[in-house]
Amino acid sequence: MKNIPGDLKFLSSHEWARVESDGTITIGISDHAQDLLGDIVFVELPEVGQTLDAETDAAIVESVKAASDVYSPLSGEVMEVNSLLEDQPEIINTSPYEDGWFYKLTPSDLSELDNLLSPEDYSDVCED
Amino acid sequence: MNKTPLYDAHIKLGAKMVNFSNWEMPISYSSLIEEHNAVRNAVGVFDVSHMSIFDFDGGDQVAFFEKIFANDVKKISKGNKAIYGALLNEKGGILDDLIIYNANDKFRLVSNCSTRNQNRQWFEKHAVEFGVKVIERSDMGILAIQGPEAMSKILAIKEIHAEANNLQSFGCMFDDDRLYAKTGYTGEDGLELIVPNMAINDLWDQALEVGCVPIGLGARDTLRLEAGLNLYGNDMTINNHPYESNLGWTIDMSDESRQFIGKDALLSIDQSKSQKIVGVILRDRGILRSGYEITHEQGKGEVLSGSFSPTLQSSIGLARVDQGYQENGKVFIRNKALNIEFVSPRFIRKVKMQP
Repeated sequence: MKNIPGDLKFLSSHEWARVESDGTITIGISDHAQDLLGDIVFVELPEVGQTLDAETDAAIVESVKAASDVYSPLSGEVMEVNSLLEDQPEIINTSPYEDGWFYKLTPSDLSELDNLLSPEDYSDVCED
Repeated sequence: MNKTPLYDAHIKLGAKMVNFSNWEMPISYSSLIEEHNAVRNAVGVFDVSHMSIFDFDGGDQVAFFEKIFANDVKKISKGNKAIYGALLNEKGGILDDLIIYNANDKFRLVSNCSTRNQNRQWFEKHAVEFGVKVIERSDMGILAIQGPEAMSKILAIKEIHAEANNLQSFGCMFDDDRLYAKTGYTGEDGLELIVPNMAINDLWDQALEVGCVPIGLGARDTLRLEAGLNLYGNDMTINNHPYESNLGWTIDMSDESRQFIGKDALLSIDQSKSQKIVGVILRDRGILRSGYEITHEQGKGEVLSGSFSPTLQSSIGLARVDQGYQENGKVFIRNKALNIEFVSPRFIRKVKMQP
């Protein structure tokens, strides 16, 4: 597994979460996920202000081949979505951990971070 | 799982492999969209060796095909031509769609991969009364070279007989046991080359050498969808008849004395009430997928195949809908009603589907 940034935490369903310095959480999908999906052509993002529960549907990502659900790694309220993805969903393919982020939320329960996988453990999941 | 003779070549190119009807096939080599665009704008080569190939020996082969095939093989019995059509059961249900080739007094048939055993048994059962022997050619594979530059690239491949360049749409020729045919599944110019397994790696390498881009089954699907060509198992099954599957044009009843299997059932169908396969363009943001429900002023329907069209840069699909549709309708995606436009299923097709 190549280049997984060390400050990320993962769901085994390939979503990542990053704790930002202001305490918000940025969420996206992994490099492995974008590679499995292939060319991404459409993303449906949550609404700003929407409340999400951990490990439930938050977004939809569609490649040419198929549609996939994106689950929220943490519970919280959506503060911002990456509107760039509406016109350029292919950014997820080229920059899954940076420009291709999905949404930011204010977490309601930071202890949920303990349920997430470290980069090493996530790496093992991908190799299974 | 079955592998084509080109399996190692696909792995060497870094292809992503998938299980397709129990065959391990390349879905893409790099980017599906780039592969798609290579075929629309230049030329690509496909390994379609998973398709089923049958030859026939002895007996009255024309009479055999006249009985089992809903299109009329008399159209190609003078030779050097191919014909597309449907294999029907007695109820008029589609068992498969296929192409029959005839050249040098020989017939060859190519049908789908998932229907191989069904078709072999069906052919063998009906071949008996005509004294025809059915020979499955699992010793052969198929390359498709397709795109606006296909013919010029094919000419540059030395071992392909130069006469192949003179073939017209749905024309074909044998070169020894090899069959070269101007057919395809992309809507583009090009050939399908049916060659012995032993020779196919060499031909593949030469195709890559002259500049053909390797294309996986992923782009093959978006290309055929843009061309409005049905995929058996997806857009039509044994539970569909040809008139609700855009195959009415392949049903040939001009010879009234010809009794083909399924004919009586077709004659009892009221075509004015049959559903139709129509092209659909999504006018809102999203992607059409198989199974989504459709409504229009006078009826409803269902998306059969749906994807993103790299050429049109929007989502397109094939749908089976009730008659009476006008220009616009709705599709339901995750409980939201989105706007669609009904169009000809031939979104992009530059070549004819018959001689």
